[in-house]
Amino acid sequence: MSAIDNREDWLAVLMLDEIPVLGARVLEGAVIGPVAVFRTEDQSVYALRDRCPHKGGPLSQGIVHGHRVTCPLHGWNVELESGDAVAPDVGCAGRLSVKVEDGRVYLSKAELAGGA
Amino acid sequence: MKKMKLVVIGNGMAGIRTLEELLKLAPELYEITVFGAEPYPNYNRILLSPVLAGEQTVDEIILNSIDWYAENGIRLHLGKTVTRIDRTRRQVIAEDGTTEGYDRLLVATGSSPFILPIPGKDLTGVITYRDIQDTQHMIEAARNYRHAVVIGGGLLGLEAANGLKLRGMEVTVIHLADWLLERQLDPVAARLLQQSLEAKGLRFRLATQTTELRANGDGTRVGAVRCKDGSEVPADLVVMAAGIRPNTALAEAAGLACQRGILVNDTLQTFDPRIYAVGECVSHRGTAYGLVAPLFEQARVCANHLAFMGIGRYTGSVTSTKLKVTGIDLFSAGEFMGGEGMEEITLSDPVGGVYKKLVLKDDQLVGACLYGDTADGTWYFKLLREGRKIAELRDSLMFGENNIGDVGHEGHNKAMAMTESDEVCGCNGISKGAIVKAIQEQGLFTLEDVRKCTKASGSCGSCTGLVEQILMNVLGTDYSDAPTKKAVCGCTDHSHDEVRKSIREHHLLSQQEVRQFMEWRTPNGCATCRPALNYYLLSTWPHEAEDDPQSRFINERAHANIQRDGTYSVVPRMWGGLTNPDELRRIADVAEKFKVPTVKLTGGQRIDLLGIRKEDLPAVWKALDMPSGHAYGKSIRTVKTCVGDEHCRFGTQSSMQMGVNLEKMLFGMYSPHKVKLAVSGCPRNCAEAGIKDVGVIGVDSGWEIYVAGNGGIKTEVAQYLCKVKTDEEVREYSAAFLQLYREEGWYLERTVHYVARVGMDVIRQRIVNDAEGRRALYERLLFALQGAPDPWKTSEAAGVDWRQFRPVQLAAVSEGFLP
Repeated sequence: MSAIDNREDWLAVLMLDEIPVLGARVLEGAVIGPVAVFRTEDQSVYALRDRCPHKGGPLSQGIVHGHRVTCPLHGWNVELESGDAVAPDVGCAGRLSVKVEDGRVYLSKAELAGGA
Repeated sequence: MKKMKLVVIGNGMAGIRTLEELLKLAPELYEITVFGAEPYPNYNRILLSPVLAGEQTVDEIILNSIDWYAENGIRLHLGKTVTRIDRTRRQVIAEDGTTEGYDRLLVATGSSPFILPIPGKDLTGVITYRDIQDTQHMIEAARNYRHAVVIGGGLLGLEAANGLKLRGMEVTVIHLADWLLERQLDPVAARLLQQSLEAKGLRFRLATQTTELRANGDGTRVGAVRCKDGSEVPADLVVMAAGIRPNTALAEAAGLACQRGILVNDTLQTFDPRIYAVGECVSHRGTAYGLVAPLFEQARVCANHLAFMGIGRYTGSVTSTKLKVTGIDLFSAGEFMGGEGMEEITLSDPVGGVYKKLVLKDDQLVGACLYGDTADGTWYFKLLREGRKIAELRDSLMFGENNIGDVGHEGHNKAMAMTESDEVCGCNGISKGAIVKAIQEQGLFTLEDVRKCTKASGSCGSCTGLVEQILMNVLGTDYSDAPTKKAVCGCTDHSHDEVRKSIREHHLLSQQEVRQFMEWRTPNGCATCRPALNYYLLSTWPHEAEDDPQSRFINERAHANIQRDGTYSVVPRMWGGLTNPDELRRIADVAEKFKVPTVKLTGGQRIDLLGIRKEDLPAVWKALDMPSGHAYGKSIRTVKTCVGDEHCRFGTQSSMQMGVNLEKMLFGMYSPHKVKLAVSGCPRNCAEAGIKDVGVIGVDSGWEIYVAGNGGIKTEVAQYLCKVKTDEEVREYSAAFLQLYREEGWYLERTVHYVARVGMDVIRQRIVNDAEGRRALYERLLFALQGAPDPWKTSEAAGVDWRQFRPVQLAAVSEGFLP
């Protein structure tokens, strides 16, 4: 999933079943700003910066469908896997690495702090 | 598994559009090969006229570049004409011997211009007008010669003549019929057109037959055209534009049944089920289409079957006409000539250059012919295609859709009159120029295309008519109107009506069931269909189907309105617009305690607290201790009232009490779109009941009920439904109307659009005349609303997910919040 694989590099932020299926939770307090953690129907988990590339709308509040989310403000569609806006719109919300182990959702400490 | 082989004969707009649709549905299904006789990739044949007129270049009208074929793994044989289809071996063979095997074959060979069988037809300088090469010949000839004759005063002929004139030639059009565009215009409109074209310097010979093309002095090329009356017209260039014939020779030689076109069924299959055919070479239910819009509809259905989806059917198209000659506005559709059993409404202003004729039959618009002012062409075309009953519109039909103005684009309603920099879409700031550019450069054909690409008309939709006009002006004849049956979204081909019907008839109770039963293309829908399905299930099977909060737009999930900065607004309910010192004190306390930045009165007689953080919402609701105002929902919003006879010296009825009663009855009602009511206590109508979904106006002897008004994008005056005597009747009639809308309206369709779609007559019949049906509707609504929970107070019953109000704090989890 990522180069960082030491246990200390990951931070358990919440339990998988605390995220609604086809929904999201918001993580606040990271250096990079709010982070949206999404859960799809097939139980994949993705994390994006909670800012739509269009006008900064909170993607965490959008409707999740397939592996995409629709921004609640103006309806842009964003790919959960990459953070890229779906054509014809152009832009990227910025994705974060995620790992799920034993029902816990982990994010990368370095990425939350704004590093690569 | 080895891929199946699909071979396409014909590299034109119909064939390639089919491939584009197919690749969207099943990108990996086929190994695809395309044969094209021309040395160019697929280009936009519609825009040859602007190329000839010097308004665009050949490069600009290419739709699919060579790279597109490569990117999609399509083998492309350019400049190779297929000469034989071997159905036994399932092979196609080209002129040069290239042979390709197929599992499925798509014939899209298009059509050819009809060459008059007259002496001299093979002389140099005699051409047709069909492809890039012809266009280049014409441009070349215009450089070196002076006189041109166009044979045929149809759409193509006039566009050719106009282009040649613009390139400096002396042009005469010879036309067999008594007036120009006899298949598109009536004689009056045609005469106006002829005058305009004559003013541009074109010359016409009508009711004239061409008998011979004569060589020039030295016999090197054509020199003159001889007519039946013996006269001659000088001609260094002759363009034959006397109609087209479907290219069926290849199919006929392969033994496929043809009759003025390759015969196909409603799934675009020929008599050999492995072989499909689309486009101008096809004859479907006895009609061969020469316009792009029908071809695209065919392409969609054909692709669907090639992809083994097997759900679409092509049942034919209604087409409209628009000439692509700059500065000329004409439009026609349907039975514009009129005739037995039809009525005509005409408006004629020859000096102003305006002529309009509408043809009616059995209370429907069946034809239209407009000259000079075509702004309402798209609207008439829509009425015509939908077969809408126009009895109520009849008086104002001639004055068009826009005699009540839309807002948001400076009152413009004629796209032609707008300059490039004029704003069309006020929501997204899109100018006319930007739309025109996108249509031309990106090869857009439909309103949907334009919305996707430019966002114009994609938000509030008030400029849809303007965008359609621009499309029609740029694409001319080939403007592709949205199909009459509109799919819910890209996840399905089924319409809203079909979905509602299936849910009802098959007792479907979950979205998963609907998507499986109706063969959705996506596993869990999209942001468009999920809220719609959720609503349809809940409204059809109240207390039975389960609400899915994740399928609701955020406002209905958070029970507050999201604002541009991600905060929320909170509007507590004030029944009938009434409040008291206690409530006001609590609101003031909340505003202070939660540091609410903005407190505002709404148009619905309540108070809006704006700028509240999402995590504060539950505490705000608790502190307010007032019912949810549902100001965030596709639901009952407010019942606005005037003071009425309790205080007002003019009041005749107790409008406040009536408002409170109605609002309490409707509490918690979700609907296709928002619903607003108003009750006025006398005809002075201070509550503005005339622009509400249901407006009730007290008169001395009872109450008048009006429905389907709207004060939004387009001001729509509510229509009179009936007059009743008692308060109970007001509740019953209003509820019955709203329940009818809840059961039959399409999701996100306001009452005004619902009523326009089904007709006020139907509403009156079912609410006023059918007493039993009305009571049943009333009871169904009351049943649906039984025990409707207040999401602010009994949020568990309302299914509110509390997790959303608790963001995860990084500081907390860092300190080992999780084990």
